[in-house]
Amino acid sequence: MADVTAASDVLLKVEGLTRYFDVSKPWLNRVIEREAKQYLTAVADVNFEIRRGETFALVGESGSGKSTIAKMVVGLLPPSEGRIVFDGTAMSGTAGAQMRKLRRRFQMIFQDPFASLNPRWHVGDIIAEPIRTFGLARGREMRAEVARLLETVGLSASDAGKFPHEFSGGQRQRIAIARALSSRPEFIVCDEPTSALDVSVQAQILNLMRDLQDEFGLTYLFISHDLSVVRHMANRIGVLYLGRLAEVADGKQLFTAPQHPYSRMLLDAVPDLAMTGRRRKPVEGEIPNPINPPPGCSFHPRCPYANARCRQEVPRMIRRGSSEAACFAVEEGRI
Amino acid sequence: MTEPLLSVRDLVVEFPTRRGTLRALDRVSFDIEEGEVLGMVGESGAGKSITGAAIIGLIEPPGRIAGGEIWLRGERIDTLPPERMRRIRGKRIGMVFQDPLTSLNPLFTVAEQIIETIRTHLDMGEREARERAIALLDQVGIPAARRRIDDYPHHFSGGMRQRVVIALALAAEPELVIADEPTTALDVSVQAQIIDVLKEMCASRGASVLLITHDMGVIAETADRVAVLYAGRMAEIGHVQGVIQNAEHPYTRGLMGSIPTLTQSADRLVQIPGAMPRLNAIPDGCAFNPRCPQVFNRCRVERPELLDRGNGRRVACWLYDEAGVSGPGETAGERTGSQDG
Repeated sequence: MADVTAASDVLLKVEGLTRYFDVSKPWLNRVIEREAKQYLTAVADVNFEIRRGETFALVGESGSGKSTIAKMVVGLLPPSEGRIVFDGTAMSGTAGAQMRKLRRRFQMIFQDPFASLNPRWHVGDIIAEPIRTFGLARGREMRAEVARLLETVGLSASDAGKFPHEFSGGQRQRIAIARALSSRPEFIVCDEPTSALDVSVQAQILNLMRDLQDEFGLTYLFISHDLSVVRHMANRIGVLYLGRLAEVADGKQLFTAPQHPYSRMLLDAVPDLAMTGRRRKPVEGEIPNPINPPPGCSFHPRCPYANARCRQEVPRMIRRGSSEAACFAVEEGRI
Repeated sequence: MTEPLLSVRDLVVEFPTRRGTLRALDRVSFDIEEGEVLGMVGESGAGKSITGAAIIGLIEPPGRIAGGEIWLRGERIDTLPPERMRRIRGKRIGMVFQDPLTSLNPLFTVAEQIIETIRTHLDMGEREARERAIALLDQVGIPAARRRIDDYPHHFSGGMRQRVVIALALAAEPELVIADEPTTALDVSVQAQIIDVLKEMCASRGASVLLITHDMGVIAETADRVAVLYAGRMAEIGHVQGVIQNAEHPYTRGLMGSIPTLTQSADRLVQIPGAMPRLNAIPDGCAFNPRCPQVFNRCRVERPELLDRGNGRRVACWLYDEAGVSGPGETAGERTGSQDG
């Protein structure tokens, strides 16, 4: 993978992506209790670009908006505001045949391989569905393609006649990957693809995903809460906190010189094998309720560098070298 | 040395099913010393949680302890009648489970639950028990404990709830705390806080801990010794640093290599081919033999027992059997060398 790529090589561009969820009580309750509508901001003003052939990772704790972004990117959830541009085409204005053509080019792998495969379908039919839907092949040709895909992901061609329950978690995730590959996509959104798996199986799946990337020139949006997995997989990483990007940096840079105080604390908090006997610094406090996020920078109640400005203004992304961070302390050179 | 606090000898746990008896734990033996934190790792289905449940006598029927002995400070506890065991559970052995939402009763306030535990096991009046409960909550880091003690579990966040569970587990001053995946349901930033609380609370009371987790990182920074389980059997046990940096069992080595780390970036992770066998299809000989890169004939027929490797390390692998067919010398050295690269 080339590190230096021109701007025209941007495959996916996300601009000002925002998503609200209506979490109000039912209408009658609101009238009786005289309450206003309540909204939860799951994702707020998120911007990033993913270049062709790279792996861009989003990390964050629960409630940070990772999966909401993934769903919006593949079109499972419409954004409240903002634009998603896939290879030069804005997804919101696209419909019908053109959208169908676009849809073939991106796929998704879900977290739980026990829920993402239809238990009543043969594995072969599960993998063939995108091929059939997009009319890529039929009959004997389609069956040959399914067999080839099964072998690509390390299963055997004869597994096509089995049902999902006959497979272990790791094998099911391989089936999910084969299905994602079957429409010959360029871009795959992977939402926590290994967090339901044991470590030794996780290693198999991560290795497989990297091999497939090299073989087919795939671009990944990789979503995970596990920093060490992200470190292993990603070229560039975006750190999310309460629906906002705190920092976007190259993989190496983030792990050696994190800028945003939240990234720093997150790195200190991760248990690591090399840490035998060493104590990690626990992060103070917990993620606040996203329905009533703190004003200003949402991290300020937990941040050791917070001052009056952080409590009032929302920091913007400031570029510094190869990384960007949204933090007044970084901007003002206080840390 | 005096006798260990907990001694588990040749523990066998079986689950009878229509299609034969499944052996979830197969002759597992280990000790936990006074004040020690023993980590127990393994993949799902390896028998970690069953070990914890067997010690506190909470194996769900039809599962049963089919063999072996469990001794708590010189007293055999696996054969005690349920009534006697109930007095040990909570009093002498405390428990912290994975999901704090299911281990607290949602219908009672935190005060009611802690006070009930204290008064069941210790001879204390209501008011005295309440003061003790407040002090405990304060120690586990719940802010404004005096006010919050009358809240219900759902008023607390996940991390705070797990702190309440730790307070509850330590309410009767147990000698041993069994923590089964105490941080798995929590976010990383909260995980570190909970591990710290658990460690400090137990250390200051001299309580020993059996820490069950699938997360080697948590073990690395918390445990004194670690036991590695595979398919219901003990593969390796020893001091944490030794096992992590210089694993001897091929399974442990594969396991360590398969964990991505923050400090070094590898192009590929070490991967162990295949998956752990199901309990109804454990191979003859060593349970790991079909996946082992160093397997030889003996592994396929004879089951290896734990061999003493000195310095507290014990490994169940024929590679290290002096009297064995193949010497450990070259093969083992070669493997360690390639691991570093």
